[in-house]
Amino acid sequence: MGEQTIIKTGATLAVIAAICTTLVAATYQLTRDRIVANEKALLEQSLQPALAGTAYEGNVSESRLVIQPPHDLPGNDAALIYRVYAQDKPVAALFAVTARDGFSGLIRILVGVTFDGTITGARILQHRETPGLGDKIESAKSDWIFQFDGRSMGNPEATGWAIRNDGGEFDQLTGASVTPRAVVGAIRDTLLYFDAHRDEIFAAESSEDSK
Amino acid sequence: MTSGGFFERLQTGLWKDNPGLVQLLGLCPLLAVTTTLVNGFGLGVATLVVITCSNALVSATRRWIRQEIRIPIYVLIIASLVTCIELMFKAWFPALDRSLGIFIPLIVTNCAIVARAEIFASRNSVGASIADGLGMGAGFALLLMAIGAFRELVGQASILSGIGMLTGSEAFNGFSFADNGFLLAILPPGAFFALALAVALKNSIDRRRHRERR
Repeated sequence: MGEQTIIKTGATLAVIAAICTTLVAATYQLTRDRIVANEKALLEQSLQPALAGTAYEGNVSESRLVIQPPHDLPGNDAALIYRVYAQDKPVAALFAVTARDGFSGLIRILVGVTFDGTITGARILQHRETPGLGDKIESAKSDWIFQFDGRSMGNPEATGWAIRNDGGEFDQLTGASVTPRAVVGAIRDTLLYFDAHRDEIFAAESSEDSK
Repeated sequence: MTSGGFFERLQTGLWKDNPGLVQLLGLCPLLAVTTTLVNGFGLGVATLVVITCSNALVSATRRWIRQEIRIPIYVLIIASLVTCIELMFKAWFPALDRSLGIFIPLIVTNCAIVARAEIFASRNSVGASIADGLGMGAGFALLLMAIGAFRELVGQASILSGIGMLTGSEAFNGFSFADNGFLLAILPPGAFFALALAVALKNSIDRRRHRERR
């Protein structure tokens, strides 16, 4: 290939690359606002179920607190806490934590806890458990996750915070005990953390939105 | 590739040289996302759009592109198209985007698309390439939907579950006939069984037709 040809070939490649980049950039501009709005709506919407029956004001997602590891919450990645207020008084907190001892991969769990330490609700945000067995932890697939509603540290006592197979008070799932054990453990640890750090959590400044 | 009309070319992609059933290309997404009809439809339509646009662009630029750099250019074109499609899914069908997950960006690696660019679009007119892309894309999409519908029916005894992700309303989210199905169909092996059944079905239909013709 002569020098001329190389330059020409290179130029062709550059022109096509520029056109393609323009195309992607234009699409990005066009869709950016919608995507940001979707993500925010999705976040608010996904936080709602874990706050069942709690009256509150404002956008929950704006009171986010990021707890960097190492921390005592389940998981070794950053844990998220959303503070929920009514008339400037703290009423509840939402925890997004990670159980690392599931059957396959990480289980992201959302736990809502009232100011006095009672669970308002728990939901599975993300998991890769076996379809048909472990995935019954999803609220859409079975009502297993609802057994945590209204529980707290003390209801049952610490020893009761385990699945029945392990001598605890919580139901397991037919054909899957690793998954429920992981979820029960993560929720228990979240409650313990909340009881130990409650005042710090509500006193802390909201974390900046970093992307 | 022999010449032929628009419909003949569509038919080639839909049946005779179906990318999934005959060429067995793009099997990774085909096997991975076909757990429900709606998922199959989503990925199928996205692939259809990408393959048609990529065929059109590759064909339109074929006179300026030297042999030596054609592959990087195909990759550029396909990757850009897929990124655009992904952004559009995120903007207008966020729920479906989450359900398909990594398999939307992974359309880039669907070898059926590069194969059509190389085998067909780089040697044929724009019109013919679009027809080819539509045929191949539709063939792939219909196969995804058929396998998705089959696995959903057998595996979780429902059909059209998750249709709300397309319509954006929670009012209708598919029909459910029973609480549990035959679990294996949803699990990865079920995908292989379903594909094998589909290939066998196509071959037996072809053979019967061939016999009747003689």
